[in-house]
Amino acid sequence: MAVDANTVRRVARLARIHEPDSRLESLAGELNTILGWIEMLNEVDVEGVEPMTSAVETTLPLRDDAVTDGGNTQKIVANAPKSADGFFVVPKVVE
Amino acid sequence: MTQLTELTLAAARDGLASKAFSAVELATAFNSAIEAANPQLNAYVVTTPEKALEMAAASDARLKDGSAGRLEGIPLGIKDLFCTEGVRATACSNILGEFKPTYESTVTSQLWRDGAVMLGKLNMDEFAMGSSNETSRFGPVVNPWKRQDGANASLTPGGSSGGSAAAVAADLCLGATATDTGGSIRQPAAFTGTVGIKPTYGRASRFGIVAFASSLDQAGPIAKTVLDSAILLQSMCGHDPKDSTSLQVPVPDFAAAVARGVKGLKIGVPKEYRVDGMPEAIEKLWSDGIAWLKDAGAEIVDVSLPHTKYALPCYYIVAPAEASSNLARYDGMRFGARVEGETLTQVYEQSRAQGFGDEVKRRILIGTYVLSAGYYDAYYLRAQRVRTKIAEDFRLAWQKCDALLTPTAPSAAFGLGEKSDDPIQMYLNDVFTVTANLAGLPGISVPAALDSQGLPLGLQVIGRALDEETVFAVAGVLEAQSGYTAKAKVWW
Repeated sequence: MAVDANTVRRVARLARIHEPDSRLESLAGELNTILGWIEMLNEVDVEGVEPMTSAVETTLPLRDDAVTDGGNTQKIVANAPKSADGFFVVPKVVE
Repeated sequence: MTQLTELTLAAARDGLASKAFSAVELATAFNSAIEAANPQLNAYVVTTPEKALEMAAASDARLKDGSAGRLEGIPLGIKDLFCTEGVRATACSNILGEFKPTYESTVTSQLWRDGAVMLGKLNMDEFAMGSSNETSRFGPVVNPWKRQDGANASLTPGGSSGGSAAAVAADLCLGATATDTGGSIRQPAAFTGTVGIKPTYGRASRFGIVAFASSLDQAGPIAKTVLDSAILLQSMCGHDPKDSTSLQVPVPDFAAAVARGVKGLKIGVPKEYRVDGMPEAIEKLWSDGIAWLKDAGAEIVDVSLPHTKYALPCYYIVAPAEASSNLARYDGMRFGARVEGETLTQVYEQSRAQGFGDEVKRRILIGTYVLSAGYYDAYYLRAQRVRTKIAEDFRLAWQKCDALLTPTAPSAAFGLGEKSDDPIQMYLNDVFTVTANLAGLPGISVPAALDSQGLPLGLQVIGRALDEETVFAVAGVLEAQSGYTAKAKVWW
């Protein structure tokens, strides 16, 4: 399952990271080296093995469906690159 | 009298209690030490000397009126991954810009609750992705230790918690917070002659810690001694309603376990940790460790963890997959750095291209790839199944033994720049530590010897889930039996 420049372009797009065309080949090489090493996992017989999705066996606790926090607008926008009147100012989303 | 900065945390606590010195005197000593050393070591990325003095003055008042907490007046360094209210937290990434959290992480808030004093924020690999501290936006930390070959090469303190480890080793704090996703507490501890413990997954709250790989990330301390690490871990742990994966179990008295001894314990030695090309000094240290535990009354048993060699490849699917999802939040909209562009997509793509460093981008791309349509089953699902097998290896081992003894890292500290061109060589640093993250188990690194170049080497003890007490008991014996007391020679 070798990765080529086009795959890198597609994956970078999915990840919303701009990668210039000049970088795609070398990135493909780097990713192939790492993925090639990871292929080792194909040696393991995982037939019928449940995937491990949690590091400890525990059930997630439930809490009361109650408002416990709020009124922090100024704290929430304090680190925004742009904000106005307690709102985030973002680029135009709808063309 | 020894300098105040050279004290252990436990000794400083006694000195404060007996009024041998004040918390303000202690904080002042550390403020000066940091000011003198940091230009050479680059361990701190933010220093908060005034805040330290303020907190120390409040500690002195509480020490006087009898309301002192268990860490009252103890100066600590905080890894830059922890949110600290009003003090910049960037995970050492450009994408967080000058982010100043408006809230405090649970772990640090518990340390302040118990009276600790904050000295500043510690350098680390960007988003904790690295084993040498070289991916930090602020440049690498320099290990206080030097090889004895006279070449004066700058060595890595390890990573990702390199700033935490170097600051403790150089007496620039009495202890530090750190985090461990694949070995980021234990490997730097081994490289700097310090003690570092990663507790069981879920022991400490992850709330307010910048997320890397949520099913693996766990906070813990780096400290000068096993006892100091136990004292710090005590304050860091406990259930937190803000982190649903933090466990609702009582926190035992970790410090009391340190002197418990190992009589009657069964210690497993996993044969798969004997890897090709392991330096002789590490082989010898491992045999010495086995002998020390035997002398102290433990029974040594051979165990097998057959899936060990698959742990790192498994990790390099699971961790990047989780990271690619966690780091999706850095889009330049609500916090951090934004790069303007013509379209919304361009703003996202340019903000992330310029904000993330190369290693972080590499891992996001791998994570995105293994989660993408058509590859999910072949990579991600398979890795999760292999993770089950790795956890099962440990479950079987626990039928034969109470704890495992291994080396912490496959080498001593290496030179800055020596491995930065080869990702896989860098990843192999975590070959002995990553298994405990995948299985969610507690692991500690204890410094126990110097190699032929005079560099410290660590032994690792891995325990059953929620059995940090046995881990501390074994670590306490290793510390005592090895007689390790070496410190880096001051050159900074």
